[in-house]
Amino acid sequence: MSTLPVSHSKAAEAFLADKPYVSWHDETLWFVRSKRDKAARSVPEWETLRELASAVKAHTLSRLDEYLVQFESNAKKNGIHVHWANDAAEHNSIITEILRSHNVQKVVKSKSMLTEECGLNPYLAERGISVIDTDLGEYIVQLRNEHPSHIVLPAIHLKKEAVSDTFHEHLHTEKNNNDPVYLTRSARTVLRNHFITADAAITGVNFAVAETGGFVICTNEGNADMGAHASKLHIACMGFEKIIPRAEDLGIFLRLLARSATGQPVTTYSSHFHRPAPGQELHLVLVNNGRARQLGRPEFRNSLKCIRCAACFNTCPVYRRSGGHSYHNAVAGPIGAILAPNLDMKNNADLPFASTLCGSCTNVCPVKINIHEQLWSWRQVLMKEGYGGKAKEAAMKTMAAVLSKPGLFVRTANTARKLMRAVPWLFNNKLNPWYRQREMPSAPAQSFKTWYKKNRNEQQG
Amino acid sequence: MSSRDEILSMIRENRPAFSPLPEIPVFIHEKPLAEWFTETLTGIGGKVVHLKDTGEVETRIQQQHGGVINTTDLSAAAKYRHATAQELEAVDTVIVPGIIAVAENAAVWVNEKDMINRLLPFICRQLIIIVQLTDLVPDMHSAYKKIRIDEAGFGVFIAGPSKTADIEQSLVIGAHGPLAMEVWFVGE
Repeated sequence: MSTLPVSHSKAAEAFLADKPYVSWHDETLWFVRSKRDKAARSVPEWETLRELASAVKAHTLSRLDEYLVQFESNAKKNGIHVHWANDAAEHNSIITEILRSHNVQKVVKSKSMLTEECGLNPYLAERGISVIDTDLGEYIVQLRNEHPSHIVLPAIHLKKEAVSDTFHEHLHTEKNNNDPVYLTRSARTVLRNHFITADAAITGVNFAVAETGGFVICTNEGNADMGAHASKLHIACMGFEKIIPRAEDLGIFLRLLARSATGQPVTTYSSHFHRPAPGQELHLVLVNNGRARQLGRPEFRNSLKCIRCAACFNTCPVYRRSGGHSYHNAVAGPIGAILAPNLDMKNNADLPFASTLCGSCTNVCPVKINIHEQLWSWRQVLMKEGYGGKAKEAAMKTMAAVLSKPGLFVRTANTARKLMRAVPWLFNNKLNPWYRQREMPSAPAQSFKTWYKKNRNEQQG
Repeated sequence: MSSRDEILSMIRENRPAFSPLPEIPVFIHEKPLAEWFTETLTGIGGKVVHLKDTGEVETRIQQQHGGVINTTDLSAAAKYRHATAQELEAVDTVIVPGIIAVAENAAVWVNEKDMINRLLPFICRQLIIIVQLTDLVPDMHSAYKKIRIDEAGFGVFIAGPSKTADIEQSLVIGAHGPLAMEVWFVGE
């Protein structure tokens, strides 16, 4: 029997225990959000670009099967081996088979949230193939036996002292040398050795172009390129929603991606792969894993437009104060909270509730996904399906009963107001979950309705 | 049914009603391109050098220290075509020709034909890309109009040196790729 993961609210509570750390986490992510704002405002046509990106993705989703077939045919002409995986298990077994047929012992991997989603690393490890994550942030969390807490900044939850301790333990760097330059250079030396000795490279994909049969990978560190070009075998993995129709569409998406993610004008490398290098083998795995099902849900299909920039993470007041691990899903944050219930409704039923529905995510999304509306829609679906939990269900039934009867509502509200004034400790105690981390409002002497009636009469009189 | 056919039939069943593919408009920019490019590249840790002609380029190449691989001299660089990562790991400086430079983000398009070996622009300590000043365009849309992304098996937009901010958001120039990067514009 599978056990439910620790709920978001429980995990967030643990995260919130260390107040200075939470403030640091919150401010670090807000700093990234501010850089995004500066970058977006420097492009006068920003809003037009968002409209275009959203429209290109909407069009692509409406003809998705045709573009995938076109892409496959062009990729094959380019000499790329194309594979289709219906779920995570098939994705992992396809990759294992390719690696085994080449007698691969060691793989270098650049960032791919899809392989996280599919649990590829532990799967390969169990089969005796060692995987080295080469994105610096991912390398750090891999050494610590953790998952990335953010899809663009995987180690954003760690302070440099923690990174220094981890490197001292695993790479034998100087103890307590917390200088980011020193730590980065140390990792560079170790990872360079892995790049030049690995038997294969696995990468993600940012965009795949139907008309040319190639794909684009964006990195700042150059790790995807170091791995892919140094190896005789390159396997790229992509969720099928990464497809776009035309080469010129890349202009729109590359202008939006890095600016939305980190506030950079573009990533250092935007690498376009079309054919294997001489003597090299190039494979591409197209993965479904529930995406076709999400496409069939009208209120949630727009989530497939996502280009994984994480702007919604950085702006989210809940993410910033609860950390990526509290989402117990490969993709955290607001977008993760609308993707996760599609993967496993029962285990991820808590995530759409991890939001204030403030809408900031929707406002920064470069492809204009209505994220906060989808969070709200998921709540309705989850309650209907019976995944909301007994407490929430009972509370909502009581609310519905009271709110649907005006007379009962007035009586209940009056009683509550009087009690709050007479015996405030009845509400201001630890048994009331709303009292924790919050001041309860002071109850007014009269209700708004009474006040309005009185003032209206005075004005008219 | 194969996974391929199963996936495609599920998509066909679930896809939304047709939505049109938009045309991408031409955006007008007022900024002078060379200044714009320099401001952008400087901001991301790179350096711009202006050279009048091929003579000045030659002189400057001679002034580079350490091991240099210059792919603008095809006959001399051809021997590195099949060089492995082990063989190239110690290279200091790589000089490659760029096809298009983009002012808005300081990205320069380099393709496989010109880089000789796909590893070269990534494995070196310092990367220098030489671009004709006349090949400077304002934005990515104009760049994609001028290149064919599948002309070679591999092509890349490079903007500045490799970098990371994965440790506490502290920017460190020089992650896995070059620690320094320069763009040399040729022409007046």
